[in-house]
Parts: sequence; structure tokens; C-alpha cells
Amino acid sequence: MDFRFYDEQVMTADVVRALLAEVCSSQDLRRLLTTGGAQDETRWKKLCELGLAGILVPEGDGGLGLAPVDFVQIAEACGYRCLPEPLVDNVGIALPLLAAFADRPGVAPYLERALAGEITVAVSHPINSYVPHADRDAAALIARDDGLHLVAISPKMLTMQPSADPFRRLHTIACDPGDATRIAGHEEAAIPLRQTLDRGALFTAAQLLGMAQRCVDLAVGYSKERQQFGRPIGSYQAIKHHLATVQVKIEFARPVVYAAAADLPHDDLHSRARISQAKLTASEAADLAAHTAIQTHGAMGYSWEVDVHLYLKRIIALTQVWGGPSFHRERVAARVFSAPLGPETTFARETDRA
Amino acid sequence: MNLIYTEEQKAFRREVRSWLEAHVPRQPLPSFDASREGFEAHREWERILDEGRWGMVTWPERYGGRGLDLIQWLIFEEEYYRAGAPLRVNQNGIFLLGPTLMEYGTPEQKSRFLPKMASGDEIWAQAWSEPQAGSDLAAVRASATRAGDEYVLRGHKIWSSRAVFADWAFGLFRSDPGSERHKGLSLIFFPLDAPGVRIQAIPQIDGETGFAEIFLDDVRVPAFNRLGAEGEGWAICMATAGFERGLMLRSPARFQVTARRLVELFKTCERDADPAIRAAVLKAWMDTDAYALSIYHTASRLNAGGQIGAEASTNKIFWSEMDIAMHKTALSLLGARAELSRHASEAVEAGRWLDGYFFSLAGPIYAGSNEIQRNIIAERMLGLPRV
Repeated sequence: MDFRFYDEQVMTADVVRALLAEVCSSQDLRRLLTTGGAQDETRWKKLCELGLAGILVPEGDGGLGLAPVDFVQIAEACGYRCLPEPLVDNVGIALPLLAAFADRPGVAPYLERALAGEITVAVSHPINSYVPHADRDAAALIARDDGLHLVAISPKMLTMQPSADPFRRLHTIACDPGDATRIAGHEEAAIPLRQTLDRGALFTAAQLLGMAQRCVDLAVGYSKERQQFGRPIGSYQAIKHHLATVQVKIEFARPVVYAAAADLPHDDLHSRARISQAKLTASEAADLAAHTAIQTHGAMGYSWEVDVHLYLKRIIALTQVWGGPSFHRERVAARVFSAPLGPETTFARETDRA
Repeated sequence: MNLIYTEEQKAFRREVRSWLEAHVPRQPLPSFDASREGFEAHREWERILDEGRWGMVTWPERYGGRGLDLIQWLIFEEEYYRAGAPLRVNQNGIFLLGPTLMEYGTPEQKSRFLPKMASGDEIWAQAWSEPQAGSDLAAVRASATRAGDEYVLRGHKIWSSRAVFADWAFGLFRSDPGSERHKGLSLIFFPLDAPGVRIQAIPQIDGETGFAEIFLDDVRVPAFNRLGAEGEGWAICMATAGFERGLMLRSPARFQVTARRLVELFKTCERDADPAIRAAVLKAWMDTDAYALSIYHTASRLNAGGQIGAEASTNKIFWSEMDIAMHKTALSLLGARAELSRHASEAVEAGRWLDGYFFSLAGPIYAGSNEIQRNIIAERMLGLPRV
């Protein structure tokens, strides 16, 4: 029992954090906004050069064969920087699903190119209404009643639904998947799709956690500079207490997100409840953080000029994707109302055998 | 990261469980705050724990402990609360003063005070607050005047839990008469039956006398009773407060038992409960789980040589507010029975939820009010300016 990241996990996350600080600053986002672009291909190339594409893909399929707990801090770092490009969606969520069917006809070439960073792949999962950034993806994994399909994306399939988040290009995909596109039947796709939902919820929670912390950091930075009544507003308890309240929420969401990452591979009642709990608590923390950051900035917080609105919009989006609060509350309820509770059950599947 | 208990840890859990099953009193003990009888029953329980060397598992063996790490401490606490074992009447001693003594005490002080603390022969109260020094603890006025090998203590302490029946207190005194604020304070122990000590019980919100005022009128104690250097009392108190808020005082297990009871209560009246209450019940479980995970995280860090920092403050805010929320949810579920006192025949669990709710309201006040904790978080974690 050791609830700390291993050295390699810390080092990998530090490398990603450092790169994002360099290529995904506020100025970088602003530059993208003024050009009307949703993504920056130069930045994406640099991210791909980190060689992370296969982090969750088994070694036998050309990946690194690492676990969700090895990626969770990276997803958090992406949230912290409000990263527009689909590192989390592609690497954390889509590619492990694609790799689960690497042996099916037509899959290998896509997987190979995706691992090389040449293409990205979208997932159209029943829990989500829209597919973000589908216009940059070469293919989509589409779940239908008859199973899982791998469909090459062509522009005419896509209908864009503009999001308030300028960096989220949402689409619906109109296509007619059939036997030719099906890579797995309903039953064999069921477990990989469930695990995809878990990864989606978990890494979304991690991003929300990062965004919550960034909102606090932005508000702290501003409240140290902004003077009213002859003092920085951050010296007033009214501001301090609001921000401290948010920080407490973040501090108690973070270990849940990390434990959920460690639990995910168990794929059982307990791991699903903890992933859902992570999604719920990170959403709550992020929501409060965004509101508090706007309030701390005063009228500036309601302006386009301050970055907080970018976070607010992404937080609104991510709170709902990969299962909204009601969905996840019911997954927690399934565990709370059916399995033993109490202090000896924190890591329940272990103590059951103790 | 590895969230799996080792075989050794599992074996330790089994050992704790079987000892507790054999020794925990079948009937709950009477409250240690309501009567001398209840207090002494709890002291006896401390003796039984100590005889089994379960009094304080993290303490070194030479002081009656087992020299175990914080993960094992958490396992012990989980089993302790699971077994419904009595509350620790000497928590001020074993959880707060004990660790501080081990860090700052001389070898002679350790051998004098720690074994009797572990055995329950000496139960401790804390004597820090004064009528004019609450959140502003540095405004302490009670004085310790050096007279040869002794200190003469004078002043008025208040809100001292357990002081009515306890044997000793550790107090914060101004030992340098010309000093101000955090400087010139010393931490000094005094027996509560020493000549010149007068204890006045203060009835609490629930009618019991859990805390008291202490009047000190020229109380003479040997200079040996000073912990740490003269004038260093503030730093030592803050270290104690760190232990208190941070980890030891409120182990997650306590709240996880409350959450379990809340879910059980919910199941008895589920059909009538509105969805908001159901959501609050689920939140109770999630919060207690989050608190446990957070403490495992901290314990892992401390085991690896880390220091406790501002999480002492974040923890205190989180558990105190969570405790109130859980009890409030229970009162909502109880409906008309919420107000029933423990003497009412229809009271659920002998009014334990209402008693618990009252007690939970003290949580954001004692051990440093939550307002002060929020200041600490804002200033030390977030780096906001003090003035």
C-alpha cells in the first residue's frame, strides 16, 4: 500500500507539464482564438514527439503497455492548460479501444498510423451526443446496437454543432455502418466499450481537476495584483475564504481521481463507483472553481480578455461528457446500496479477502 | 502507486480484529464527559488497550507502542471503529501531546510522561485558550514566572476538554513578561490537582460538561515540566496543532462508520425519502471515502519521510463540514423523531444522531476555527498576502 506516484510516473508527467507550459500558454491560446482555429498542428506535432500515443496500448500491439494511473496526471496537465488538441481523447480513450480489436481486418493500418502520430481516431460512444474534433480524425470507432464499427471519416458525413468552447469542434457523424465496417459484434464489444466509458469518465475527471486548479491559480494571481481600498484584494478574507473553500474541494477530489485511475483495471463494482465518484467530485470542484474565479476577477471575470471563460466553457462541456452527474451518481448508488460499507472497505476488493 | 495491502498488513488487520472482538466492551461505556464513573470506565479501557499494547500503535515499543507506520495505524483505526470500541478519553494526550513530546521532549521527560499517558494512568487536558485568546491564540496572557527551579503559573484558561476529570494539562503561558504575541511563550505541564488550580465545568450545548475553565492562582510546578526551550512554546503548539488537525485527531474510520450508519438509516425509510436526501446520503459516503483516500495519500507521503503541511488545515475543514452534513441528513431522514432526546422511548438509536449533530457543530470551532484554517490555506498554500 503506497499512495504515491512512482518516480517514472512523476517524471513523465513533469515532462508533459513542462512542454505544455511552453507551447500551450495563455498567449498561445489567444493566438489560436484570433486566427479562429480550433487546433494548433505545430503544438500537436510536438506533443506527438513525446511518444505518448501508445501509452495505454499493449506492448504486443506496438504500444507502451502502461496503465491508466500512468496517464492520469498527464490528463490533469492537459486540463490545467485547457489544451485544445485531443491528446486525452485520442491517446487516453480511443486508441486503447482500437487496440482491443487490433487483430480485426482493416484495424492494423489505422492503429499503426495512430501510434506514429500521423492520424487521430474518434470514438462515438452511446453515452455521448457529439464527437469532438471529428473533422481532424481519420476514422471513428462507432458503437451501434449491432456492435462496434470502424469508419473512415469523410467531410460529408459530418455536421458541426458549434460549441461555446471555441476549441471544441463538435460533430454528429451521419453514416451507414454495415457488415463491412463492423470490427466487433455486440457482445464482444460490450466490455471494451464499458472500459472505454470508464477511461473517458476518469480522464475527463482528471482534466476537470487540472482546470479547477488553474481557475484557482488565475484567481490567486489576479487577486494579488488587483488593488482596491489601497490593498490587494487577495488580502481580504472575503476573497481568501472563497478561494480556500475551492482549494479544499480540489484537495479532496484529487486523491479520488488518482485512486480511480489505480482501480480502473479491476473493472468491477468498486472501480466503477470510484471512477464515477471521481467524475462527480472533480466536476463539482471545477464548477465551483470557475464561478469563484469569475467572481474574484469581478467585471474582468465577465470579460473575454481574461482566460477564465475558456475554462468555464470547457468545464460545462466536460461535466456532461462521458456521463453527466445523474449517470455517475447512480453508479455510486449501485455500490453504496449493495456492497458492504464501513472503514474496512476503502479498498474493498482487498479487505474482502483479508 | 499501489493500493493493495501487503500480506503483512492483512495479517495485522486480522490480529487487530481478533483482539478487539475479544476485548471491546459488549455494552457501550457511559459518557466520559457526563460523570466520574464514565470517565473512569474509559480510563480502564485505556489500561486494557495498553496491556495489549494497542494503546498507540505508532509509538516506539519502549513507551508501550509497537513502532508501526501510519498505514498500519490507519488499519488499526479502521478496525477500532468497525468494532465500535470506546472513544479515547486520553486523545489530548496520546494524539496531540504524545507525538509532540516525542519530538521536543528530553529523554527524562519522555520516560516520566509517556508511559503513564499510554497506560491511561494520567489523562491529559489541553489548556491553551483564554477568554481573550481564542482564534487569536497569540494573545495568551496567563503567565509563568520563573522562581528558581520552578515556574509560578497564574491566569485563566478556558474551553479545556476533559479538564473536569483529567489529571494533567499542558498549557501555553507567557514566560517572558515583556513579550508580545508569538514570542516569549512556553508550553508547561501542570497537574490539575495542584494547589492553586480551580476547575469550573462549563455545561455544553448537550447539557454535558465536556469542557471547563481552569483558574491558576500561583500554581508552582518544576521547570522540568516545560516542553522545549523557554520562549519556544508557540512553535511547539503549532506542531501539536498540525498533528491534531492533520491526521491523528479525526481518523477517517470514525466518519466512515457514520456514513455506514446513515446508509442503514436511509434504507429503513427509503420509500419516503426525497431524491435530494438520497443524493445527500450518497454524498456522505463519497466524502468519507474521499477523506480516507486523502489520509492514505498523506500517510504514504509521511511514511516516506515527508512533512505534514497545509493539509492539516484542508483536512480539518473537510471533516468538520462533512460531519455536520451527515448528521443533518440523518435528522432530515428522522423527520419528526429528529428532536427526540435520548430519554424518549421512540428515539432512534437513543438520540445518537441528534447528539452527534450537536457535537459536529463544535467541529468547525475547536482545534482552530475553520475561518482561521481558511486564512492558513489562503496564505500558506495559495500565497495570498497577509495584510
